[in-house]
Parts: sequence; structure tokens; C-alpha cells
Amino acid sequence: MADAHVSKLRQPLVPEERTYKQMSEDVLDTLERKPTKAWIIGFSISALVLLIGVLTVGYQIGTGIGTWGLNKTVGWSWDITNFVFWVGIGHAGTLISAILLIFRQRWRTAINRAAEAMTIFAVACAGLYPLIHLGRPWLAYWVFPYPNTLGSLWVNFKSPLIWDVFAISTYLTVSLVFWYMGLLPDLASVRDRTKNVWRKAIYGVACFGWNGSTKTWHHFEVLSLILAGLATPLVLSVHTIVSFDFATSVIPGWHTTIFPPYFVAGAIFSGFGMVLTLLIITRKVMNWENYITIGHIEAMTKVVLLTGTMVGLAYGTEFFIAWYSGNPYERYAFINRAFGPYWWAYWTMISCNVISPQFFWFKKLRTNTTFVFVITIFVNIGMWFERFVIITTSLHRDFLPSSWAMYSPTWVEIWTFIGTFGLFFTLFFLFIRLLPGIAIAEVKSVKRYGQTNEPDNYLA
Amino acid sequence: MKKDFIIAAFEDDRPVLAATKEAKSKNIAIYDIYTPFPVHGLDEAMGIKRSILPYVTFVAGLTGFLCALGLQVYANGYAWPVNVGGKAPIALPAFVPIMFELTVFFGAHITVLAFLALNKLYPGKKPVVFDPDQTCHKFIMAFEKGAVNVDEVTSLMKEHGAVEITEQSAAV
Repeated sequence: MADAHVSKLRQPLVPEERTYKQMSEDVLDTLERKPTKAWIIGFSISALVLLIGVLTVGYQIGTGIGTWGLNKTVGWSWDITNFVFWVGIGHAGTLISAILLIFRQRWRTAINRAAEAMTIFAVACAGLYPLIHLGRPWLAYWVFPYPNTLGSLWVNFKSPLIWDVFAISTYLTVSLVFWYMGLLPDLASVRDRTKNVWRKAIYGVACFGWNGSTKTWHHFEVLSLILAGLATPLVLSVHTIVSFDFATSVIPGWHTTIFPPYFVAGAIFSGFGMVLTLLIITRKVMNWENYITIGHIEAMTKVVLLTGTMVGLAYGTEFFIAWYSGNPYERYAFINRAFGPYWWAYWTMISCNVISPQFFWFKKLRTNTTFVFVITIFVNIGMWFERFVIITTSLHRDFLPSSWAMYSPTWVEIWTFIGTFGLFFTLFFLFIRLLPGIAIAEVKSVKRYGQTNEPDNYLA
Repeated sequence: MKKDFIIAAFEDDRPVLAATKEAKSKNIAIYDIYTPFPVHGLDEAMGIKRSILPYVTFVAGLTGFLCALGLQVYANGYAWPVNVGGKAPIALPAFVPIMFELTVFFGAHITVLAFLALNKLYPGKKPVVFDPDQTCHKFIMAFEKGAVNVDEVTSLMKEHGAVEITEQSAAV
């Protein structure tokens, strides 16, 4: 079929011709080399930041929630903002590995492993906030419905906060097993190629005795599709339920039906922003430009453009409905957001989330990695501000003007937030050293994509 | 128990697929094929029965759904009814999110456990690895020596471009 026409629309996913063996080497060699200087520096800084975060949280737990800047008017602010921020970031990985699998988007193969690792780390960071917020985190098990002696007191299943407990724990554990099952074939590759006895033993245990049998692959592919099918509604449900925390309340500015889709779009937007931020650096440092190509970056920027525009539409709709509802409290909440004392937060949010992704209409800008990197930083900042704006500005001027107040974070809140970045990056640095950062088995199956007209592997 | 095998190694997926189809048409029993990535159509060519995992998922998901429904109705409706904002003790719409989450939770985790059990995968298992390159770049076809005509298999594999044909015994 050498003379068959090869469609130009299907750009090869692995542009530079590589053999299967070279592909394994490209990805796995880094695990067997000594860490580079850049890695050691990056890891040390992250670990140090994490340590400061741990000490801060230790101080806060020892002293009490009074170390935060909250007051009787603003009872929810940084903590929940950071929680929603991290959960949102955790939305891209599962979207890439589950929804894009169902849509047969083959480019997901090169980025799903790292993106999903990022998801798990981000959700772990998010999960810490409610735990810290409890004040007495050692009683965290009270959120689970278990037969108890507290007068046989059950949790209130009509509360969106308990829905959140179920949503986040399901999301974290399902993402974790989905990710780990995908790792098995690549861990077996490490086991079979390494000469180091220890590494062989450890990866041998970790890969559960995988040997690439076709019978196993058959079940594996069915399992991947099932988990993708389950994770697709799951990923949409998580941020829907997070938005219920606000939408089911009666606070003006929160009590809106637009919240679930608006939060989901924002979560995917911020998730892809963070995936791009990390992968643009990772592909460069790890020399993976042949796998995570400009085509991959470009595809992700299109998702950012789409979801960013959806978020913009939601901001507009929200504002219009606040006026159209005729509810004076609702109207005031929104006018106060845009023109009240927190106007700067609102307009930061608008500039970062609505204006900055619009540059991605231009192919020249979509394929310029430096430019994309800068925009994704804006996206990350903007999405943090979105949560801050929604949460804090809706609370700080409530129904009774005599109790209006302002909020600003204390050093404890700031360092707790920076500390979770330390945790996130520490985990990411460990991941990139210890585990195959690209799903090699899956990329091997799309090696010929765009280079011949043969039918591809259906899973990939 | 140790068994003797004929092992044919290939360097690409296409000849393996062709060899499998021909072996199947000649009624040569294939023990298993080991590949670095899932080769599309190979499971069908080998005549592997469709996985039962979807049924497991259905039953597991249904169990999760019923557990969530039962727990919420029992706890908030009978064991300790609490009046929150005048909502009914058994407020079904408010129970939907947890019913959904537990359906997914049970469905996903039990399916994964079933997948591991079906393939006898567990931490610390010592698998049969005929060639350390089978998880990297080689495609290995294994035939049980007692079950096939050795000459027939050897010539068929050579015909399809096997790069290496060896005999190995392994405990399976």
C-alpha cells in the first residue's frame, strides 16, 4: 500500500520515526539515570515549601481556626477557594483519559499519564482543605455514615457538603485505580529491561505480574472502556456537586441554577491550563518533544479556548439574570462584585479567564509554546480569582449593612495555600522520577497513526 | 508443573496477526501471545471469548445504587429522622447525588478487582516471561509442545517472518 494516499488531515502523533524499542528507551531511560541538577533543585524547593506548609498547618491545628482572617460576616473564604481551585485543576486528567478515550481522540495517549497523575495530586491537595477546616481533623471520620454511639446520629444526607464527601472520595479513588491499571504494562516494561536487582524486585511487585498476555490485554481493553464510561459522568458530577455547596444555599450570588455547568466548564478550563503549564516544561526538560508535540499543545489550547469562552458566557448570563430577576439583593451582589471594594478581583478574573484565552483563535499563537505558557499562567490565576470572587464578594456585604465587613487572609492561610503547591510539585517531581511519565504501551499502539492509511488500534 | 513450549518471536504486530489467523485456520492450538501493546483484532483472531467484565460492572453498580438508596432511606427516614428546612425525611431527589456516586464507586472498584482476579494479577506474582523484550518491542507467540506438530508450527512461523524460534520450558 506504499502508493496509497495518506491524508494530510491526520498529522502523525509521533512525527519522528522511532522503533518500539527506542520509544521505551526515550521514556524509561530517565528512570534509570541519576537525577539531573534541575530535578534536584526543583524537588528540594518543592519539598521545602511543603515543609513550611506542614509546619503552618501544625501551628494552625494546635492554635485553632482563629488564626485565619475570617470574621462573623465572611465565614468562608480562602480555605474553600483553594479547595475549589484544586478540585478544578483535578478535572483535566480524567477528562483526557476518560472522555477523550470515548471520543477516540488518539492524541490523548501521550499526555494522559502525566495529566492523570496531576489530577490525583490536585484532588489530594483539595481534600486537605476541608480536613484542615474541621479544626479537629482527628474527628474527620465523623463525616462517614457509620453506626455510632452518638445517639445513633447519622450524617444528614440532604446536605450538599456530605454529597461532596462522597463525590470527592469516589473521584479520588476511581481516578487512582484507573491510573494505576494503566500503569501496569509500563511498570512491567521497567521490570523486564532493568539490570538493577532492587529495581527489578520493586517494579516486579508493583506491576502485579503483568506479562503482556493477549488474554490479559483483552480484559484490559474492556476494563479501560468501562472505567472511562464510569469516569465520564463522574468527572462531570464532581464539580456539579461542588457547585451545589453554593447553589443550594440562599445567599445572593450563589443561589443560581447556572452553577453546575458553569463550574464544570471552569474546572476543565483551569485543569487544561495547569496541564499545559506543566507539560510545556516537562516535554522540554525530559526531551519528549517527539511525543508531546506542538499538535498536542495546540489541541489543548483549543479546549482552553472553548471552555474559557463558555465561562465568559456564564459570567455574562449570571450578570444579566441578576438584573432581569428583579431581586434587589441579587442585583446588589453582582454590582458589588464588579464595582464594590473587591472590583480588582472581579476584573482580574474577567481579564484572565475571558480575554486571555481569546488569543488562541490564532494558530500562530496556539503553536508558540512560550506564549501558550504565559497564557496558561493567566488562566491559573484567573480561575483562582473566580472562586475568590464568587465566595468572598457574595458574603462580605450581606443583608444587614451594619455587619458588612472586609476580608483579608493571614499568613497562616497564605502559607497553607503555598504549602499545597509544595505538596503538588513534590508529588509531581517524584512521579516524573519514579514512574513512566508517558503511557508507552498506548503510544506504541498509535505509532503508525497518520503515517499510513491502515485502521488503527481501536482503544488508542 | 513444567511444560515445554515453542516460542516464536516477531518484531512487528502485523505478521503476528497474519500468523495467528493462519494458525487458527489450520487448527493449530495457540497457547498465548505476548505483546507490548494491545494489538487490535488479535483477541478476535485467537478466538478469545468476550470478557465478562461488563456484567460484573452492571451487578456491582446496581449493588452500589441499592446500598446508597437503602442507607439514606434507613438513616434519614427511620433510624434518625431530622427535620432540615422542612424537607421530608425521605427526600429522594436529595439522595440522588450519593446514589450516583456509590453506583460509580462500587462499579469501578469491583470491576477492577474482578479484572485482577480474572487474570490472576496480584502484587508479587511471578509471571511467565518467555522473553524480557515481550513488554518492550517483541511479539511472542507461544505453543504448547505436546499440543501441536512442531515442524508445522516452525515452518508456519518462519513463513510469517519470525525472527527467532526457540524451545523453552516454563512452570505455568
